[in-house]
Amino acid sequence: MHINIEKVSHQYETKQGMLPVLKDLSLSIKRKGFTAIVGPSGCGKSTITRLVSGLIKPTQGSIFISNKKITSPLSTVGMAFQNPVLLEWRNVIKNIILPLEIVSKNMTYNQKRSNALDLLKLVGLEEFENNLPSELSGGMKQRVSLCRSLVHSPEVLILDEPFAALDAFTKEDLWDVMHKLKKERDFTCILITHDLREAVYLADQVIVLSGRPASLQYDVKTNFNEEKKISDLYSSEVSQLLATLRNQIEIAQNKND
Amino acid sequence: MIRINNFIIPLFSLIIFCLLWELLVWYNNWPNYKMASPSDLWPAFWKFKHLFLIYGWETFWRTVVGLILSVLVGLSLGILMGFSKTIRIGLYPILVGFNAIPKATVVPVIALIFVGMHNMNTIIIVILISFFPICVSISIGLSTLEREYEDILLSLGANKFEIFYKIALPKTLPEFFGALKVSTTLAFIGTNLMEIIEPHGRGLGHLFDSGKINADYPLMFAVLITLAVMGIFLYYIVVYLENIFAGWAIRK
Repeated sequence: MHINIEKVSHQYETKQGMLPVLKDLSLSIKRKGFTAIVGPSGCGKSTITRLVSGLIKPTQGSIFISNKKITSPLSTVGMAFQNPVLLEWRNVIKNIILPLEIVSKNMTYNQKRSNALDLLKLVGLEEFENNLPSELSGGMKQRVSLCRSLVHSPEVLILDEPFAALDAFTKEDLWDVMHKLKKERDFTCILITHDLREAVYLADQVIVLSGRPASLQYDVKTNFNEEKKISDLYSSEVSQLLATLRNQIEIAQNKND
Repeated sequence: MIRINNFIIPLFSLIIFCLLWELLVWYNNWPNYKMASPSDLWPAFWKFKHLFLIYGWETFWRTVVGLILSVLVGLSLGILMGFSKTIRIGLYPILVGFNAIPKATVVPVIALIFVGMHNMNTIIIVILISFFPICVSISIGLSTLEREYEDILLSLGANKFEIFYKIALPKTLPEFFGALKVSTTLAFIGTNLMEIIEPHGRGLGHLFDSGKINADYPLMFAVLITLAVMGIFLYYIVVYLENIFAGWAIRK
């Protein structure tokens, strides 16, 4: 499913009047692509996730998934956030099957459970099936949250800084989990992040947004290696790319001043 | 071991409490019309054991029925106020104002409206005094639900009812049980307020009142202790329900 954002402008109503966050933003994400969106904080990155998932409608312009205009939420979308928002009263497996209870009401519990278990194995948490979220570490919670966002086999996965609150090593572990999930399950992915290394490591396309109101500032492909490894991040090629992106962020921030 | 401790430790603290009480009365050489001691209570209780049984039951069932109804009232108002900002803004001043009125002054009003319907009078006072904490906690719990919780379901096309049933309601249960514990103890105040102020010849409140008229101070104290025991009993029933329905929120 390719995604097209066409001349989208969006503004919020605040006490101080209208606050424009996006202005004439156009970008396209290819089918089965993995696109990272970076930009200065408060530039409207999270607004993009809410627009693509159909939770809000843009003030101007349109968004298309496979040439179909989005007007309301689609069950073919999965979402994960910085806060894993697990339901504390449900164990791990029941947390993961939550989306199936909404979109696949006819599925039996055993089918739901086996779908969830497949994902749980992929992220390496199969022995925590019956644990409560309060018994898991931050990284484990985020793995469960990723499983939940994928359990209904969405065609578009939207990640809003899911790794931002994790420590550096846990983060790198989860990047590899993400690689594995992307390889096993075919979906188009949009990742919002502040971490340039994360963007370069996970995505095949990195987009830099300008300061608020955000529009497209820089768009780059990152296919430096077929199978990316953490050590690749220290190669000169990637260092150069990171420096370019860093520079672009600075330009975006200046515009904000 | 933990089970035994849960029983032994409260029992032990109760015994110490009674001993200190007895000691205080004995040391000051207080006569029992000033302050009855624990050793005076049992004879008073035994003398009127028949009345304690009848009146105790009267007070108990009125309190429980009133409490159940106040849960229903508190829940429905709380749900309405949690979901609609308009209803919340509209109802809060009325509810707060209503709650600020001393319930003792409402007792004669209710008693006059429903003359002779003692059970209903008492239950109405219990509802009026107990629903407020439940209503406030539910409405706050529902209205402060983080946006992401809604987003995970909304982005799949779930409706409002599914969000309420699957996320908002279970998430609010710990707050609900916290409020229910407060309401449980308040409920006994409601029952006895009616039974003492508008004596209609029934309930522990009436027994307390007749103790006062006959200057039987140990009897008055025995009534108070019985009420305390009933309060503790109901409280632990709520704790038991909390463990079943919201046990996930309790730290081990």
